[in-house]
Amino acid sequence: MSTVPRFEHGSRVPGWDAPADLEKDPAEIPDPAETPVPPDLRSEIEAHMANYPDRHSAALPALAAAQRLHGWCSPEAIDQVACVMRVTPAYLDSVATFYDMLETAPVGAHSVYVCTNISCSLCGADELLETIRRAAEAHPSELNVRAFECLGACDIAPMASVDGVYVGPLGAEDVPQLLDDILAGGPILPDKQLARRRVADPRANTEDYPLHPPEHEREGS
Amino acid sequence: VAAPAATPMLLLADIDEPGLCTLEVYERRGGYRSLRKALAMEPQEVLEQLKGSGLRGRGGAGFAMGTKVSFLPKGSMEKYLVCNADESEPGTFKDRELMQKTPHTLIEGIVIASYAAGTSKAFIYIRGEYVLQADILDRALREARAAGYVGENVLGSGHSLSLVVHRGAGAYICGEETGLLDSLEGKRGNPRLKPPFPAIQGLYQGPTLINNVETLTTVPSIIAMGAEEYAKLGVETSTGTKVVSVSGHVQRPGNYEIELGIPSREIIYGLAGGPPEGREIKCWFPGGSSSPVLLAEDLDVPYDFNSLAAAGSMLGSGAIIVVDDSTPILDVAMKTAKFYRHESCGKCTPCREGTNWTVKMLERIDAGEATPMDLDIMASVQEHIIGNCLCVLGDAMAMPIGSMIAKFREELEAHMEAARIRAGLDGSGASDSALAAQGALAEPPGTLLGGDGAGDQAPGAHEGAPGTHRGGA
Repeated sequence: MSTVPRFEHGSRVPGWDAPADLEKDPAEIPDPAETPVPPDLRSEIEAHMANYPDRHSAALPALAAAQRLHGWCSPEAIDQVACVMRVTPAYLDSVATFYDMLETAPVGAHSVYVCTNISCSLCGADELLETIRRAAEAHPSELNVRAFECLGACDIAPMASVDGVYVGPLGAEDVPQLLDDILAGGPILPDKQLARRRVADPRANTEDYPLHPPEHEREGS
Repeated sequence: VAAPAATPMLLLADIDEPGLCTLEVYERRGGYRSLRKALAMEPQEVLEQLKGSGLRGRGGAGFAMGTKVSFLPKGSMEKYLVCNADESEPGTFKDRELMQKTPHTLIEGIVIASYAAGTSKAFIYIRGEYVLQADILDRALREARAAGYVGENVLGSGHSLSLVVHRGAGAYICGEETGLLDSLEGKRGNPRLKPPFPAIQGLYQGPTLINNVETLTTVPSIIAMGAEEYAKLGVETSTGTKVVSVSGHVQRPGNYEIELGIPSREIIYGLAGGPPEGREIKCWFPGGSSSPVLLAEDLDVPYDFNSLAAAGSMLGSGAIIVVDDSTPILDVAMKTAKFYRHESCGKCTPCREGTNWTVKMLERIDAGEATPMDLDIMASVQEHIIGNCLCVLGDAMAMPIGSMIAKFREELEAHMEAARIRAGLDGSGASDSALAAQGALAEPPGTLLGGDGAGDQAPGAHEGAPGTHRGGA
């Protein structure tokens, strides 16, 4: 669990708290002349900034946009966002390190968040995570398998979110197909998608409505 | 147990009708009529309707919505409305279903509430994990803007409102109202000191009304049926209907709309089918993982704000998590504590340290290293968290953990004793290897350093220590 280097008996390995470089000057707001920013990224960030009375509010959507482009919040990505938003890279670092969905180290291209919170773990999420982790070991550059806190889909527990597409309930037998679908770039387990489900309350609908279309068939998505 | 009879469906009625998330179908079913009705009234009259309905916030705290609106000062300063769609409370998924299937009801509710509160800028802060729901809201918002329901001079009433869907990036604490405001301002989601409360000084230092998705989604129904009619639903101190998310060990997990005040048994057994065949309920969280657990003997407690509070728990976000007798209580406590440790923002010491030490003590129990005294220490840690932090995240761990220690002390002690015997630490010398492992402490540290000295680092080692920064799950 701990991310600080420790001896087996629990003490921290000396030097664990040594700062990287105390003499270094803090990075300033990047100079636009020296920081090339892809035009699409720039216009997306500027559009986000226009949405708010204060440009700082665009930090999360801007970092998310940069992460989509670069794969993670790399120093280059942070510099580009900082350059457009006119803030320091350190400010954006402080934001990026706080949020679970912003990656601060290189990761596999497709995110697979496996919910391991109470409801899902009561239904076997920890075993599911292990199965997915083992199956994904062969594709480290393609897959970013993570245990995640409650994803808000306890009705399909145990479940996972694959690049934002919720699928469940998942058993060990679904894992090979799940990975095949991700690696093939096609729709993810269409029959297991949350998007398709009807509400559980049998008194809600007065008619027997059809299932909703899966995410890849939805209008406009 | 029978399902409750004849509950009026205000929120979930025909929610699976194809195309309900589009303006066309929503309008055909009478959508935005409540908005027209509200705009024909004075803002003060709309506010009186909200107050008269007795609607209490559906996000967790259960504060009277109309009263909250009335806290916003009058005057020409810029005021804000923020819809809290950062639904992250474990066990809760009602807002997800509402936003995904009937996004226009939420938008209509926001416009009505903004008219009553006199706010001209509104934001929907939706958790980043809800990609589908945010896309659907964005699309619905474009339709609503094009139809003149949102924007300058809404339907010629003189009321203007800009509305933006803001996506979070994964942090439970951003569901706490002041943490949400910091996050919306583009910072780390650290809660703020209260007072001043957001109604006086919130987003960008302006007066801010913050309401949950379900609360705002209920507003059009209140305007349509009138406050008096709405207040007849439910019980006196908890009016109306509520969408309850039921999950865990039940046969039919999902969202159910209930009239507040019905027996909890009817929800868990009548609607959700109860635990699987042959199993019994061990305990249940009535309002998300932050609520103290109740037992099977509490199943007849009426499901409303005051009755659950009287039973020593709370309605919270309206998320019932059922745990049956096949699961050790220690596992449930561990999951709960680890969640709050991971999600603690680290700003206040009692929460940052308390969540961390609670997890460590629970791990001691499982490792057979604990004594019954540890349960007392753990209980006292919980008491020292409650009420001592800027926000209630720490309390949200302390309350359920405290209730588990109080209600399952015997089981925890038995678990502890079994683990001690398993580890050979009970003094019987049953396990020499475990004692030998203890002896390893005598060896010089250099030989114990695993590999490169980072042997115990979890994947994602770039993240910091738990609590201080945000450790991996």
